[in-house]
Amino acid sequence: MARKVYVDVLIKQDREGRITPLSITWEDGRVYEIDKITRVCNAASLKAGGAGIRYTCVIRNKETFLFLENNKWFVESKT
Amino acid sequence: MERSILHVDCNKFYASVECLHRPEIRSRPVIVGGDEDLRHGIVLTKNEIASKFGIKTAEPIWQARQKCPDLVVVKPNYPLYLRFSALTREIYADYTDQIEPFGLDECWLDVTGSGIFRNGMTIAEEIRRRVKFELGITVSIGVSYNKIFAKLGSDYKKPDAVTQITKRNFKDIVWPLPAQNLLYVGRSTAARFRSCGIFTIGDIALCTPEYLHMLLGKTGYMYHVFANGLDNEPVSKMGNKAVVKSIGNSSTAPRDLENEQDVKVLMYVLGESVARRMREQGFCCKTVCITVRDNALLRIERQGKLPAYSADTGEITKKAMELFRKNYNWRRPVRSIGISCTDFEQEDFPAQLDLYGCAQRRAKAQRLDKTVDELKERFGNFCVQRGLMLTDRGLSGFNPYSENVIHPIGYFKPQ
Repeated sequence: MARKVYVDVLIKQDREGRITPLSITWEDGRVYEIDKITRVCNAASLKAGGAGIRYTCVIRNKETFLFLENNKWFVESKT
Repeated sequence: MERSILHVDCNKFYASVECLHRPEIRSRPVIVGGDEDLRHGIVLTKNEIASKFGIKTAEPIWQARQKCPDLVVVKPNYPLYLRFSALTREIYADYTDQIEPFGLDECWLDVTGSGIFRNGMTIAEEIRRRVKFELGITVSIGVSYNKIFAKLGSDYKKPDAVTQITKRNFKDIVWPLPAQNLLYVGRSTAARFRSCGIFTIGDIALCTPEYLHMLLGKTGYMYHVFANGLDNEPVSKMGNKAVVKSIGNSSTAPRDLENEQDVKVLMYVLGESVARRMREQGFCCKTVCITVRDNALLRIERQGKLPAYSADTGEITKKAMELFRKNYNWRRPVRSIGISCTDFEQEDFPAQLDLYGCAQRRAKAQRLDKTVDELKERFGNFCVQRGLMLTDRGLSGFNPYSENVIHPIGYFKPQ
């Protein structure tokens, strides 16, 4: 089971209204740059519990799901 | 062209949404139930695991706990369910604009001609997969050429399944099912059928329409049409609102109502909500109906006509109180009360004024009601209240207006 962790996210919004997350700030203040976004889709997070727009991000060569649910961002954290 | 109709049913909707959001309870028996302290303590939905313990929807929570002491009881979160209901419909809208909801968790979709290379079955499979992936809940889908069989199809195999009922296989799938599975065959109709040796949907189908008419009146013809797959009711377009035929609110009181004063407080809370909702729709009504349930759960329903069309909170509630006084014998305390209004007219329709009545007073009351409505809209339901409400905060401290949840409407809509 994973923990649902809400995070601060720095985003870029272009003139068309498209949103691109650039970095995630973890609970303890550490900042993780997002190197690449490989996929954006609607998806449920069965591990953390929730559903929204899922960004598949590559951070330091590792794939992480970042979810936008009801205007709040969360990630699935291993407990 | 043969129609291709889907009936999509979200399995154990409230419980599934709750289990999605709380992974820690997913492997345990879970029910969503009302507040026991406020005496709304019945099972609204249960998950698969709770079903295995024999827990039934609408049974009291204490009874469910007896069957399963480990039960997790979750309070309902309606805004969340509304959000998920809207999200499911967004998915359906990718395939058709003919989406007809039947409650929060069920919808009919007409996908005839939605995609050149796709038929009803492939669309149903895609919807089933998408809802599971995107929303984390499961649906069961019936695919057929009419709405009745599509609904039977979604009940046939669940959860997370698709069942197709065609003109070729309906006799094998539908006809052996018990008569009570058919839409609108309730407990008493099923008992009536049983007493005549009709046990399955196939038995209904093989009766002549005249025989069913003799047995049940004009609904007999309807059952004949339903059971033979002859129903051709269209799936309405998304956003089409059915014509409102009645507006009502009811509530179970947090404690038993012992006297007329208690009843009056609750009646005014409900009357204000009903009248406000009616004014919002631009209606006035002629008939007021009340339902009263005592603490032994015996229920009476009475209705009466107003002297003139009205959307006035005072007039409606006074009528409701008059009906109550005339018909309730106080043998037992009252547990729950409901008011509903029917026989609508548009509020600005030309009405005959009463020669001896006080038209001016009524117009004034109407203006006052509208002003109060606006205040409540801006500053919340409790910003202006009748003095009566202050006599018992426990009874009057709820807001049926915003807690009002739309339940499935009838199958037949006035076109």
